[in-house]
Amino acid sequence: MPCRHIQPQWAEAGWGPFVGLQQAWSVGGRCPCAQAEAPTLQITTTTTPFDTDNAKMEVLLGITGKDFTLIAASKAAMRGATILKAADDKTRQLNKHTLMAFSGEAGDTVQFAEYIQANAQLYSMRNETDLSPSALANFVRGELASSLRSRKPYNVNLLLGGVDPITHKPSLYWLDYLASLAPVPYAAHGYAQYYCLSLLDKHHQPDITLERGMELLKLCSDELKRRLPIDFKGMVVKAVTADGIKEMPFDDTEVVKGT
Amino acid sequence: MPSPFSINGGACVAMVGKDCVAIACDLRLGLQALTVSNNFPKVFQYGDSVFLGLTGLATDVSTVSDLFRYKVNMYRLREERHIAPRTFANLVSSSLYEKRFGPYFVSPVVAGLDPKSGAPFICGFDSIGCIDFAKDFIVSGTATEQLFGMCESLWEPDLGPDALFETISQALLNAVDRDALSGWGAHVYIIEKDKVTKRLLKGRQD
Repeated sequence: MPCRHIQPQWAEAGWGPFVGLQQAWSVGGRCPCAQAEAPTLQITTTTTPFDTDNAKMEVLLGITGKDFTLIAASKAAMRGATILKAADDKTRQLNKHTLMAFSGEAGDTVQFAEYIQANAQLYSMRNETDLSPSALANFVRGELASSLRSRKPYNVNLLLGGVDPITHKPSLYWLDYLASLAPVPYAAHGYAQYYCLSLLDKHHQPDITLERGMELLKLCSDELKRRLPIDFKGMVVKAVTADGIKEMPFDDTEVVKGT
Repeated sequence: MPSPFSINGGACVAMVGKDCVAIACDLRLGLQALTVSNNFPKVFQYGDSVFLGLTGLATDVSTVSDLFRYKVNMYRLREERHIAPRTFANLVSSSLYEKRFGPYFVSPVVAGLDPKSGAPFICGFDSIGCIDFAKDFIVSGTATEQLFGMCESLWEPDLGPDALFETISQALLNAVDRDALSGWGAHVYIIEKDKVTKRLLKGRQD
């Protein structure tokens, strides 16, 4: 059993993209609490500590338009093959004009999202100003990036949507668990990416209205119902506009027939 | 599982000309074969004529570019002058080597003009800070093989700013078209004595 002191977190768990390289850092590392032990080269092969596929089944969607950002998240809370809850809300409001949706390892997601939410609200209270969506996105990225190189990183994928309180420009940020940050006009996470990004490539325009945005979400939702092998229990849809954040009515009872 | 250097994809190239240098990068950010964004620049400016190109893991591209923005700002406040490209290259090298046993997964490229002599300066690094000085060109990213081929055939000594722009653009565009993990447009910087020109190339969108 390799000692936890010197093992970088990915070498310990052996997950993610770092699997092939763990050999390199195990070489020089030596534990402060076991100095007698000669440094030996250990190549550990363990399975992923979390169910990656399960996280990928969760649907996160984001669309920006003329004066709004729409965020949609699937309502199913899953664990293995079981749906534990069919009315889960995978979003948190960070301040009046910014909303964050999250998916990933159970526990990490809500813990991380509420930590960010608390810090965003603390900033708003201290400074009597809200952080802009871009400032928040970079703050979240910083927290996730330092977590990535910690002993136990958060396994959380995020979409951060907002409308700038001053310029009223809508924006959407895509963040994955590696803390890669990209500003995008529309985005998705998990398997939904493979179905929805191509649909949005074809149908999205930067100047669309909120009504058209909802139509596009319906288009994506129908395609996901058609192609995903499990029922994701419909979606929570929230719209961020200059007036704030409101939940949008979204009919997810309709059954979509296969091809 | 793929190498962290090729999860997100991306390419960067720097070239020396006559009293000028050029640095260019593609704009793709992907997750293996899936393209997530086509607006992810990989070249950053740290002074009047100091540029850094970063390819590799996207999270480290952001982390490292932010880290050097901080370090260069602190340098400027302390020294009350801009950092020179050669000094910056040594700063990059030592900063990367600090993380010798848990490196940032990036392959940086530095390009600039010496503030005193105006001499062109380019260099590249590996992920732990070993400097590769070059008199002609430096390439990095997932399209390195293709870029080496293009640069070896197109580059010649003492190119003027316009010819250098044409050369670096053709080299990058044609290299990334043969690489599935990079492309989707490019940023090209031409750095002259007291002028920096930034051009956005559309490139193939497939």
